[in-house]
Amino acid sequence: MKKANFNLKKSLLMLITLTLTVALCACAGDKNNDNEGTSSDVTSQAEPVYGGSVVVGVQQEFDSLDPHLATAAGTKEVLFNIFEGLVKADADGNVVPAVASKYEISDDFLTYTFTLRDGVKFHNGNAVTAEDVKYSLERCAGILDGTPLIKALSVIKEVNIVDQSTVDVVLKQPDTELISYLTAAIIPAGYDEQATAPVGTGPFKFVSYTPQEGLVVEKNEDYYVEGIPYLDEVTFKICSDSDAAMLELKGGTIDVFSHLTSEQANELSTDFNIESNGQNLVQGLFLNNAEAPFDNEDVRKAVNYAISNEEIISFVSGDEGYALGSCMTPGLSDYYEDLSDAYKQDIGKAKELLAKAGYPDGFDMTITVPASYQFHMDTAQIIVEQLKAVGINATIEPIEWSAWLSDVYTDRKFQSTVIGLAGQLAPGYLIARFETNAHNNFINFSDAEFDEVCAKVSTTTDQKVKIENYKRMQEILSEKAASVFIQDPPLLVAINKKLAGYKAYPIYVTDMASLYFTE
Amino acid sequence: MRKNKKIDSFILAGGLIIVILMLLSLIGFFYTPYEPNKMDAASKFLAPSLKHFMGTDHFGRDIFSRVMKGLGTTATVGLSIVVISGTAGAILGLLTGYFGGIADEIIMRICDMINGFPSILLALVFISVLGSGITNVILALGIIYIPSFTRIVRSETIKYRNYDFVKSARLMGVGSIRIMFVHIFPNIFSTFLASVTVGINNAILAEAGMSYLGIGVNPPAASLGSMLSDAQAYLQSAPWYALGPGLTIILMILGFSLLSEGIRRSSC
Repeated sequence: MKKANFNLKKSLLMLITLTLTVALCACAGDKNNDNEGTSSDVTSQAEPVYGGSVVVGVQQEFDSLDPHLATAAGTKEVLFNIFEGLVKADADGNVVPAVASKYEISDDFLTYTFTLRDGVKFHNGNAVTAEDVKYSLERCAGILDGTPLIKALSVIKEVNIVDQSTVDVVLKQPDTELISYLTAAIIPAGYDEQATAPVGTGPFKFVSYTPQEGLVVEKNEDYYVEGIPYLDEVTFKICSDSDAAMLELKGGTIDVFSHLTSEQANELSTDFNIESNGQNLVQGLFLNNAEAPFDNEDVRKAVNYAISNEEIISFVSGDEGYALGSCMTPGLSDYYEDLSDAYKQDIGKAKELLAKAGYPDGFDMTITVPASYQFHMDTAQIIVEQLKAVGINATIEPIEWSAWLSDVYTDRKFQSTVIGLAGQLAPGYLIARFETNAHNNFINFSDAEFDEVCAKVSTTTDQKVKIENYKRMQEILSEKAASVFIQDPPLLVAINKKLAGYKAYPIYVTDMASLYFTE
Repeated sequence: MRKNKKIDSFILAGGLIIVILMLLSLIGFFYTPYEPNKMDAASKFLAPSLKHFMGTDHFGRDIFSRVMKGLGTTATVGLSIVVISGTAGAILGLLTGYFGGIADEIIMRICDMINGFPSILLALVFISVLGSGITNVILALGIIYIPSFTRIVRSETIKYRNYDFVKSARLMGVGSIRIMFVHIFPNIFSTFLASVTVGINNAILAEAGMSYLGIGVNPPAASLGSMLSDAQAYLQSAPWYALGPGLTIILMILGFSLLSEGIRRSSC
């Protein structure tokens, strides 16, 4: 009796609330319609003005302010402005000298010799010495207390101080791509308050941090690069979710925010400059090459022909994504080869190949997708529709993220999955996983030529040979139709129109040093 | 019991809503204006119009067609849950109420335990053990709602157990089973029916909630809850997306609420 009343009231209340919400939304929505694309022609190149403060919205709490302990991508994104390694990434995806002014690699890849830059100072005023470098690298490599803080650096055997401005890094085994991991922060030797009062060498220095509110940094006057940074102060403000961030952007309390959806970017495009660049993420429909029917190359090719990257991109990325044909992203421009046209959607060809493989009427398949990633779920739904056209009956199996990691990624118990593989500066990070015995070869791809080229690439110093081999690896993945490589989704960033100088990086960072006010 | 000559207005209004919605979902099994899962990049986010009655969604799918399908799914799930829990609850309630004793104690304490947890939380535990999917949602919620029916039927049975007509039947040598189902149950039927309609409401809301959380139907199949969950991301840019499935849920709940309120009013 009581329950019935309650339900009645509740449904009436719901009705009223919903009507009101919709009415309010409609009011807000009207203003912002039909203004797509206006942002592209406002790339102002006005004279930089020094000074000013900027608020950047970030989406998650920082896991640690200690650069060696921070693992969350969102934290590293921010700490990039406070800390620098011996080398650092530039906007083109190259590794350029930072705390070190130059480096040499021995022919056997066992010794990396760094010459320290003159006049680099920590934020506490002390000059960076060889001892600091030794301490920092040994801390990362786990030489100090046994546990490596950065796994890729655990190949370091010892760090030797040659003289006050020269340091030798000696490895346990040859490693040709170690340099891109030596972006690990250089910190003052023995300083143990990094987690509460971080001290680095970057363009901005730490001022204060309030949990759940944000982090404030100010200009490092002693920064070794002349002329930057421009801004006096930057606040990284934590927004609980992207809806909250949207409200703050519209209200003018934050100036910069990345990771917008294409709908949000559209909505903001009148009042903000929208920057779009690749995320260095390879989103694909990954097929388990050890599982029937995807152990058959013709079936994999048929699936590739059935799927249209362009259609997926237009649905989920608002036409901004970069169509891919292999496991490398355009951000790594030196190594990238555009193979996105290798399998243009062709229903006839797909059916032909299916018939040849013995599946003239198609087959049933399961796509396992981590349910919390709406982006991948949406993509999977489009794929289901596209596969229907060639007679393949796909069903989506939503799965929890932790279950995905254990069942799909680790145990490889899956038929197909939609996921994004995040890249790093080292090109091998993305593509070397397809080597037959690689521990993270979760699609069980196996190809003799690929293994051979992969082995070659890890033993060469010659950049030309390296590039050639990486390109060949991409071609093999495409030729053998290892999986369906879909897109590098766009990273959409909204920036206050008064700001200019934004630099897009192929890695997950927000570089504040190049930003400046134009008025 | 007092018999009403004219039909209660609540029953009429509620019944009308339910009949219309049920018709819509029945038609949806055989015919929808558009293919409900057909995507069309050219017609993304169209506002409601004569062509697309409730507009289109982020894949250019016709929302009205999907609501028709989703209504079918949601109603099927809601009714199945109530059939399971209602049947089991009625039988358990009659048995425990009629016989009492130690079995009654044990069953009622188990019911207390189940009732002690919020139903959605308990359903989530079931789902994480059984795996997601529509049948498991039905099973989980079906079991969870048993106690609510057991309680109502049991207390009514206890009341009627000591009535003279039951006592006389027993003296005449009528079997316990026959007394329970032929003599007692018809008398408590209207109370039971009122609780069933409330139960359908709760089940529909729970299914919508579970699908909203992403553990109900698997996409691209539609249920009202899963549509609402998808629509949330576009509340600002395409408010009609939430309006279609949202209004339908509200109408359905309103219909069943009116119905149960009407049944209760006209039976006491």
